[in-house]
Amino acid sequence: MGTNRSIAVHHVTRIEGHGDITAEIKDGALEQVRFSVVEAPRFFEAFLRGHHHNEVTHMASRICGICAVSHKCAALKATEAALGVAISDQTHLLRRLAYHGEVLSSHILHIYFLAGPDFFDVPSVFPLVDQDREMVRRAMRLKNLGYDLSKVVVGRHTHPIAMVAGGFTFVHQAEKLKAMKDRIAEGLDDLKETVRTLQGIDLPDLERETEYVSLTHPDRYAFYDGEILSSDRDEPVAPDPYREVIEEYAVDYSTAKYARWNRPEYMTGALARFNNNYEQLTDGAKTAAEDLGLTHPCHKPFTNTIAQVVECVHCLEDARDLIDTLVNGGIRPGREHENVKDQAGAGVGAVEAPRGILFHEYEYDDEGKCLSANMVIPTAQNLANLEADMRAYVPAIAGESKETITHRLEMLVRAYDPCISCSTHVIDLRK
Amino acid sequence: MIHFKKKPRVAFFDFACCEGCQLSVLELEEKLLDLLSHVEVVEWREVMSEKSDEYDIAFCEGSITRERDVERIESIRERADILVSLGTCASISCHNALKNRWPMNEVVDLVYGDSGGHIDTIPARPVSDVVEVDYQIRGCPVSLPEFETVFKHILTGQSYDPPNQPVCVECKLNDTLCVYEKGMVCLGPVTRCGCNAICTAYGDACQGCRGLIDDANTEAPARALFREDLHPIMAEVARKNPLTREEILAKFTVYNDTTQSENGKEASDGDE
Repeated sequence: MGTNRSIAVHHVTRIEGHGDITAEIKDGALEQVRFSVVEAPRFFEAFLRGHHHNEVTHMASRICGICAVSHKCAALKATEAALGVAISDQTHLLRRLAYHGEVLSSHILHIYFLAGPDFFDVPSVFPLVDQDREMVRRAMRLKNLGYDLSKVVVGRHTHPIAMVAGGFTFVHQAEKLKAMKDRIAEGLDDLKETVRTLQGIDLPDLERETEYVSLTHPDRYAFYDGEILSSDRDEPVAPDPYREVIEEYAVDYSTAKYARWNRPEYMTGALARFNNNYEQLTDGAKTAAEDLGLTHPCHKPFTNTIAQVVECVHCLEDARDLIDTLVNGGIRPGREHENVKDQAGAGVGAVEAPRGILFHEYEYDDEGKCLSANMVIPTAQNLANLEADMRAYVPAIAGESKETITHRLEMLVRAYDPCISCSTHVIDLRK
Repeated sequence: MIHFKKKPRVAFFDFACCEGCQLSVLELEEKLLDLLSHVEVVEWREVMSEKSDEYDIAFCEGSITRERDVERIESIRERADILVSLGTCASISCHNALKNRWPMNEVVDLVYGDSGGHIDTIPARPVSDVVEVDYQIRGCPVSLPEFETVFKHILTGQSYDPPNQPVCVECKLNDTLCVYEKGMVCLGPVTRCGCNAICTAYGDACQGCRGLIDDANTEAPARALFREDLHPIMAEVARKNPLTREEILAKFTVYNDTTQSENGKEASDGDE
């Protein structure tokens, strides 16, 4: 006779948004395990209709407070594609810089504040304020460095200003950007400490090879731009039309939209990017991976958090290079804004949000007003893979106490760093 | 207002929103640690595993968009001595109320298609439309100096009224060139300040995220653009922005769709 366990977690804590875990174990065998999204839907795709593209791109960042820059960039790229607008090299570089700031702050939030407490066996970061105040300070410094890298480009991280279709309404003088380089050097030191701190942690052991999907770019480790690559394929495909590549589908026990490409499920996010684009990481990032024992390729979902640390190093090193390129190229401060003419058209914007590949798609009429909007967000794309990992993992821990199983499943959910507020059309009706 | 005899217990809750306001609070860094040393944080789902039904001060972010959330906010109101609406979603509804323009089954069908049969959604309302709110912090996102100020006001038992001057006041103090002089339409003249006019400082127009000042003359921008004897600056704005009167007035609803919110209230009240 095996054990019977009934697991039910209402509103998993330390994730962005609201999700529940349920699992049923009968006679030591897993009967069912699910991660249900129970966030209040907000219907962006419905109410963006009728708004001018200037308002659409302004409002799109409000989908998510953590990945506001990602949503804004995806919306700008889709809108620029629809309206046939080209951007300058400077705009491209500045967007990538703001983007690195977001990836850093989002990853640090997850590494230290959301996933981190599990590594140090505390329920939240707050007990650590007394236990290890310097570590908490380091976490806050790094998080704020990410914010400030975005801030120097777009005024604040949540919600970005100044970035508009065609360019920027305001660009700082070169001095402001140069001043960030000392902060970046300090940040890289803080990341070395972070690597040392995480070298000693013991992650649950789960290995399951899956399909890894990310953007990929011939010239750089892809965040802001690139084509869609699956680890199951040799060649990437263009993001437009993503609908012909990535299939959203319903399952009989849920009305959440799941996603598949070559297999019934795939993983997107830091670990997928690490697996697909490892060669393009900066040297420091590769060293961090080595120090953390993260080998390429890696099929352990719990190490997604470790891949995020590696990406933090990459983002800071690349941000330093971007600033050099901008400053040495003679930055043009003030307003740099291409004339954007209202016209009918449709376009797709694909970016790598901190949690994975993100698509925005808009159609505009000849007055530049939105006729339709669609977003496919990384957390939705990861749901099927997360549940597949749960199914693979539960049998291995079925004999543990209810508390341990619950905690490990919460940790597995957190490893994916789900961002549920984003979920414009992720919903679960199992309730 | 309340004078606390011992460390008050603080909880953070969120409803329909982007959770950006509570995350912005983490930016306070060392100041946050100082502020939190005066209270005991007992629930904050986004960053803590602990949960509690016992708290004195509740910070609530987000709009109320489901029947079950009406019950949840009412229960929070019953437990908390002080309820704070954190951010524009909680204070004046933000973009959430824009869906109220359509019947709920229509927006559900559009986003979820055939699989949306059981979606629980009601017209969006700010928290203050559902329960009494003691302190309001507006902004999308909240401004950190204002969060700090309100926090201190709560701890010291003082009331707090959100700033009720237009954004233009802060624009002038910052020496920012008037957005109209750049040929753009700006909601600053009728929008509450408190943001330190950050959007206009970065070359953008004010989009009205803190809602209208009391007794705002919302007709004024449209009237200034459609009169016979146009001021040269406004003539340039009108030339660059071929908007109808209705389109200009519609801009006021992007963050604060008050008429629809009233409809939402009636619709929801009718269900009870």
